[in-house]
Order: sequence, then structure tokens, then C-alpha cells
Amino acid sequence: MSTNLPSTLLEAKAVAKHFGGVKALRDVSLTIRRGEIYGLIGPNGAGKTTFFNCMTGLYVPDGGAFTFDGAPLVADAPQHAAARGIARTFQNIRLFGNMTALENVMVGRHVRTRAGVIGAMLNTSATRAEEAAIRQRAIDLLHYVRIEDRADDLAKNLSYGDQRRLEIARALATEPKLLCLDEPAAGMNATETEELRELIEGIRHDGTTILLIEHDVKLVMGLCDRVAVLDYGALVIEDVPAVVQKDQRVIEAYLGA
Amino acid sequence: MNKWFNPRSAFGVTLIAVALLGLPFVAAMGGQAWVRILDFAILYVFLALGLNIVVGYAGLLDLGYIAFYAVGAYTWALLASPHFGLHLPIWVILPIGAALACIAGVLLGSPTLKLRGDYLAIVTLGFGEIVRIFMNNLNAPVNITNGPQGITLIDPVAFGDFKFSGNTQLFGLTLSGPMKYYYLLVALAILVVIINLRLQNSRIGRAWQAIREDEIAAKAVGINTRNIKLLAFAMGASFGGIAGGVFAAMQGFVSPESFSLMESIMILAMVVLGGMGHIPGVILGAVLLSILPEALRYGVGPIQMALFGKMMVDPESLRMLVFGLALVLVMRFKPAGLWPSPERKRELGEKQAEGKA
Repeated sequence: MSTNLPSTLLEAKAVAKHFGGVKALRDVSLTIRRGEIYGLIGPNGAGKTTFFNCMTGLYVPDGGAFTFDGAPLVADAPQHAAARGIARTFQNIRLFGNMTALENVMVGRHVRTRAGVIGAMLNTSATRAEEAAIRQRAIDLLHYVRIEDRADDLAKNLSYGDQRRLEIARALATEPKLLCLDEPAAGMNATETEELRELIEGIRHDGTTILLIEHDVKLVMGLCDRVAVLDYGALVIEDVPAVVQKDQRVIEAYLGA
Repeated sequence: MNKWFNPRSAFGVTLIAVALLGLPFVAAMGGQAWVRILDFAILYVFLALGLNIVVGYAGLLDLGYIAFYAVGAYTWALLASPHFGLHLPIWVILPIGAALACIAGVLLGSPTLKLRGDYLAIVTLGFGEIVRIFMNNLNAPVNITNGPQGITLIDPVAFGDFKFSGNTQLFGLTLSGPMKYYYLLVALAILVVIINLRLQNSRIGRAWQAIREDEIAAKAVGINTRNIKLLAFAMGASFGGIAGGVFAAMQGFVSPESFSLMESIMILAMVVLGGMGHIPGVILGAVLLSILPEALRYGVGPIQMALFGKMMVDPESLRMLVFGLALVLVMRFKPAGLWPSPERKRELGEKQAEGKA
């Protein structure tokens, strides 16, 4: 990693967001480097998910700006974030329940494909070729997250752990440069968490930068290259896990509790 | 996907083709009225499949669908009747009707993009009524729609010299007007079935279903939900417009009362009762719900006479009573519709198993 210094992938500058009188984010600035696993932790209500939502365009920030992959990220609509290469999963899993696992991943290809209504109605050869490519890619991704045997099951009938995996596969289908995982280990047992950890490391190894929001401190500290800590909407520290773990403010705000 | 529509099962296709071709002759034995009932059944199949795109695929509860049907019907009526003295050919009117309905669909869609479920239903319901009331009152100061009197003497569908009204001798067979319309409508319905099937398993179709399932997640994977929803409205509306055009030509007469809220509800009921999002189910729903009331109209009177020797209840009110009861029973015992998609059926089966455990 350190032999070849990674360039910046995402830079947040003084991002602020408030809901009425509640300041959910107070001028948060942080930098995510290409190819790293970046952890974002903090107590409940610290603003982790709010930051996430601002970045992925679900919320419009009240102040500050994001730079992504060398260009400003205009956080106005989530679909633009996806097109730019930011994919996300949700804290409370959001799958397309009444569609099969395979279809869920195929939907993820939407932003990287072109076929329109006319092509579909006429069933042109271009449309058919694209459709076959979408299907193949989706099958490959299901293999990648190891739930290929559940391909034809409805998403809502999958086990909890498999649903998490499916959500990751769907996010990967958009060919993200930055994959944002919002508490992927929530509600998982030790074995499932370990499998998830392997999966996340595999994804990073295959070239995708990862932003990880997580409550499981052990997972974050063991997995992440750098960690940022939020408390009451403000950034406490951003550093390597070894330093963060020893920081007095972090221990007070979070770890000591 | 479904064995009945599987092109590999040549026998099934042949059987359906023969049945579809022969049906009007069987119906004609009972009188031309039955052929007309068949015509309307197929027309409703067409309409229900159009609405299925909006309600079944995209999950947008549209209670004003009949408005697009009205736009298509009035487009035909105004462009092919003595009212304005215009008699344009079908390949000019139908595209114009479809395009106007499509524009109406986008007009309805754009202000309602953020609404879902009940709220969307109320707005679309209002839209449907607005269109009907417009048709009712656009006879002053300039007489455009002829108001409640409607427009009469509308040209039938014609390809060159071949008119769809009146009798025609063909291969030694006498084809009546309704029979010719039947074949035209079946051809159109097959076309719309193919389009529905292809859209269902396409990039756009999946995007519609994704929006139906979870709009926020759909946005997060990069679907432009605004455009994709408008597309659903526009597509559904275009089908409504085409159906309306054929309706005007077939009837030779349109008036605002054909486009009441009850009609919108009937088409929605066809989609829901048959099996939302499942093409064979929607077809079944449309056929049943359009034929059942007519069958009751002819059946209820004689049965009463046979049973009691006199008319106990007015056939017209009993007909709606039986019809209403049928709807309630279906929703009670077949909540996913009469013929739901295999996935939905399985899911409901599991729920019942859980309930018993």
C-alpha cells in the first residue's frame, strides 16, 4: 500500500447539515484515498449516516462541498452519485423484495447500460446483446458474493446475511469507484461478520475503495486503513486505527463507554 | 416464463389461434350482440394491459386511466366525423391520438411524481374527472366537443376501401362489422401482449419494478426515477389513447358519459383481480370482468322466471349485486388475484403456511 502513495478519491470540505435546530453535521472535512478501506465510526446520532446521505445525494448539504475523483460532486440527486461511481448499501437493508436476487443485481446494471423502450419493444439485436451481458454480469456478481444458488429466489425470502450480500452485489453492479457500506455487520453473528470481513477485503483487493460505517469497533479497527471518528456531528479525529484507538477524546466519546 | 405463451409449445399456440379465430362465429350463433360483447372484452384486455404498465409494473396507483382513453376517443371523433368535416385516415389519427394521450400522461405524471399510493390515486382520480368535465363543457363559446350530446356519425376504421362497418363477403363467409372489429382488436391485443412481455424483462421494465419495490434504493443504484416514472405514465397513456380511438370508430359515437370514474375503477379492478403485473392474469381479469356483467344481464332474468315464475328482483340491480359479491369473494379468497405470477403465488402460499404453523 504505502510503496505507491494513493491519490485522493473523495474529499469532503466543511460539510454541514442541520435539521431544524439540530446540527447533524458541523463542518466535517475528511479525505478518502484511492484503494483504501476507510472507516467512519461514532456513537449513535453522531452524524455518520447523515454524512453518507449528503455524499450520496439523498440529502442536500447546507454548507461545504465534496470533490470526487477529481471533479466536484454536485449532491443534488442520488442517481448522479451512482453514475459518478458512488454506490451504497443501507443500514436497514433496502432490496427490491418482490424481485429475484438475480433481478436485483440486474437492476444495479441500469446506470451502466443504455437500452430504452423502443429497443425493448422491437427487441433489437443490440438490446438482446446488452440484456445477455447484463444477465451474465449479474450471475458473476452473485458468484462473487457467493449466493449464486439463491439467484431465482425472491430477495425478501433470503436470509439476513444473504440479503446483506445481495445488497453489496447490487451496489457492485453499478461499477463503483467508491463503495459505501452502512453498518453491514449490524445484526450479524461472529461467523457471518468474519465472512463479511473477507468479502470486504476481497472487494478492496479487486480495486474498489471502501467507506465503511460500522458500530463493530473490532471489525473497523482490524479492517480499515484509516478511521474517522464523528461525535455530535463534528469530526474528532482522522488517522490510522492504532492512533485513533489511543486518542483520549475518542475513548471518552465512544470507546470507553 | 409461462407455458401458454411459450413459443416452443407450437401446439398451444395453434390451439389458441384456432380458438381466437373461431370464437366470433360461435358467439354469432347467439346473435351479433355477443360478438359486440367479445369486442369489448378484447378492448378491455388492451386497456388493462396498458394500465398494467402503470399499476402492475411501476406500482403507481392510477384511478384516472380512462382520461387517456377519452383523449384517444375524442381525437378520433374530431378528426374523422362530420363535426369538423374532417375525415383523416387511420394511420394519421391513431398516432395523433396516441401522441396526445401520451402528452396527457406526462402532464398528469409531472406534478404527481412525489406522490405515492392513496395520494397519487386521489390526484389521478381528479384528473380523470377533469378530462370528462372538459369534454362535457367544451361546446361553448366555441363548440369543440359538442358537450353532453357527444359526437355522432364517426367514421369506422377503414384501410383504403375496406371498411370495418357493415357486412363483407370473404372466402364465402359473411363477416359482420363486429366480427371484423374483433379480428382487428385481437391483432392489437396480441401486439400489446408482446410489448408488455418484452418490456417486463427489459432494462426499463426492471427499473419500473425497482421503483415499485423501493424508490430510494432505486435512486441509489442510479435510476432516474423521475424520467422512468414519466415513461410509465406515457406508455400506459399511449395504449389508452389507441384503445380510445378504436372505441370511437367501433361505436360511431362518443359522449362524455362513456368516460366516467366507474370505467377507470373497472379497468383497475381487472388488473388487480386478474393478478397485478402478471400478463395472463390481467387478460383473464379483463375478459371475466367485461363478460360477466353482460352474461348476468342476459342470465339473471330467465333464471328468475324459471325458479319463481315471476321477476322477484329487477335484473339490472341484481346483476350489480352478484357482480359486487363476486369481487368481494375473489379478494377474500384470492388476494393476489385470480391468476397471480408464480413468484407472488409462492409468497402468499408461504404466508398461509406460516399462519397455520
